Amino acid sequence: MLSKLRLGRTAVILVPMLWLAAFFFIPFLVVFKISLAEAMIAVPPYSPLLQWDSSNAYLTFKVTFGNYLYLFESRFYLDAYLSSLKIAAISTFFALLIGFPIAYLIARSRPTMRTILLALVILPFWTSFLLRVYAWMALLKKNGLVNDFLLATGIIDQPIQILQTDFAVYLGIVYTYLPFMILPLYTTLEKMDLNLLDAAQDLGAKPYQSFFLVTLPLAKPGIIAGCLLVFIPAVGEYVIPALLGGSDTLMIGRVLWDEFFLNRDWPLASAVAVVMLIVLVGPIMFMRNSNKEAE
Amino acid sequence: MKQGSSVALKVMAGAGFVFLYAPIIALIVYSFNESKLVTVWGGWSLKWYVELFRNEQIMSAAWVSLKIAFISATMASILGTLAGFVLSRMRKFAGKAMLTGWVTAPLVMPEVITGLSLLLLFVSLENMFGWPAGRGVTTIVIAHTTFCLAYVAVVVQSRLASLDETLEEAAMDLGAKPTSLFFLITLPLIAPAIISGWLLSFTLSLDDLVIASFVSGPGNSTLPMVIFSKVRLGVTPEVNALATLMIVTVSIAVIAAIVIMHRQNRFKDANK
Repeated sequence: MLSKLRLGRTAVILVPMLWLAAFFFIPFLVVFKISLAEAMIAVPPYSPLLQWDSSNAYLTFKVTFGNYLYLFESRFYLDAYLSSLKIAAISTFFALLIGFPIAYLIARSRPTMRTILLALVILPFWTSFLLRVYAWMALLKKNGLVNDFLLATGIIDQPIQILQTDFAVYLGIVYTYLPFMILPLYTTLEKMDLNLLDAAQDLGAKPYQSFFLVTLPLAKPGIIAGCLLVFIPAVGEYVIPALLGGSDTLMIGRVLWDEFFLNRDWPLASAVAVVMLIVLVGPIMFMRNSNKEAE
Repeated sequence: MKQGSSVALKVMAGAGFVFLYAPIIALIVYSFNESKLVTVWGGWSLKWYVELFRNEQIMSAAWVSLKIAFISATMASILGTLAGFVLSRMRKFAGKAMLTGWVTAPLVMPEVITGLSLLLLFVSLENMFGWPAGRGVTTIVIAHTTFCLAYVAVVVQSRLASLDETLEEAAMDLGAKPTSLFFLITLPLIAPAIISGWLLSFTLSLDDLVIASFVSGPGNSTLPMVIFSKVRLGVTPEVNALATLMIVTVSIAVIAAIVIMHRQNRFKDANK
């Protein structure tokens, strides 16, 4: 009886574990392996690491670090990594700036209003990411609504280039990832004990003082979670720079895509992915640890 | 003073909501535009909706995507429920920390990395074992199941964490076997979480461009892949019509779900 129970328990644990091992964890090892190969014109387009030469019974093992050396020697890739980190960081900051008042207002609303506002934040999250990015293309075009509006109000005299600039990429990232920022912020702000604010006020704190000294420190877990949920995926973003960015908007996700689909250099694309993972491991571990603390 | 700051807050938050919704509303309005030039208003018309349903490439891609989304969401719900259950109800076991990591990491993993790594896995497997032979619906389903699984697991896990364990303990004390305990007590309690996990997986799968582009084969373009190849060249009115249909459908479903949940909560509160 007990062993049957054990068996069942093990099976329940093993099924999701084996699936994730096979299709989430092992693929990273494969990427690492192929990043050590050389690109060649073949199917698949990379050299094998192990080769059995049957004519003279040699087993050759060939590994190259050439792809990594190439990544570090060429200014282009380094610039792409740095520019992705910069774009993701600045976008995260603006998402926080726009998201915080919204989260704060929702957390302080009455229950019915809260449900409605929360629904308004969650709704875009359920609608297509690709289509929401696309919606900005029509707005930002030379003869799009934003230019029309700026012309009509007299802020500019002739249409300006907004689409296909870095600015459009920032806008796109802030826009699409905003719900990811608002939801964790809302969760921490909602749990906050409002008596603390009254206490601060009674002790003579001005509203801005109690905001910076009480509300903000208490919201820290939400701020960290929200920022990481925006920052990490934004670093590797492909769709937004491809649709809204210019040809000179350098982002590493786009570089990886082009290396893979246009140049068909699978080993180099793998090396780009491995380095991106190494860059992101820090923030991902940090997120897991702060999750644990929150529990 | 307090009044003043709350007005400022409302203005800031209001501007935030305008920012969230203006592009979507503009897109919907322009889908009814008669003119082919998307941004020039030529009067109201349903012309692009007619064109949309006549476009066979879009329609067949939509069918492929719906099929993939249905299968992936179902598989992800089963595997994700197991993972969420294991993580929140099973005491320490070897590899628990690893499983936690594997469940949370896909949520933030850049899609280009997930897509590339799965493709390379499929290619290597095909080389070694001859499976999967070529790429198409099967490989996309496996990829989508994997990243949707993580979302289901997180939703189920948080639902289980908020549940009172005494019900399950009482059933156990009364002699319920683990399987009947799970199917008679736990499963009905977490059903709402599983349903929302399924719906979330369905929409995520329906929306995915990057991962599907990596792991799909020739002749198996999903809807986002077709949309992307069209909009890359510029704004197209048929895509506006398609976007409007998708956004309106999803909005109605989400609003209905929220209203139902809100009513149930009020009912529960009233019975307390």
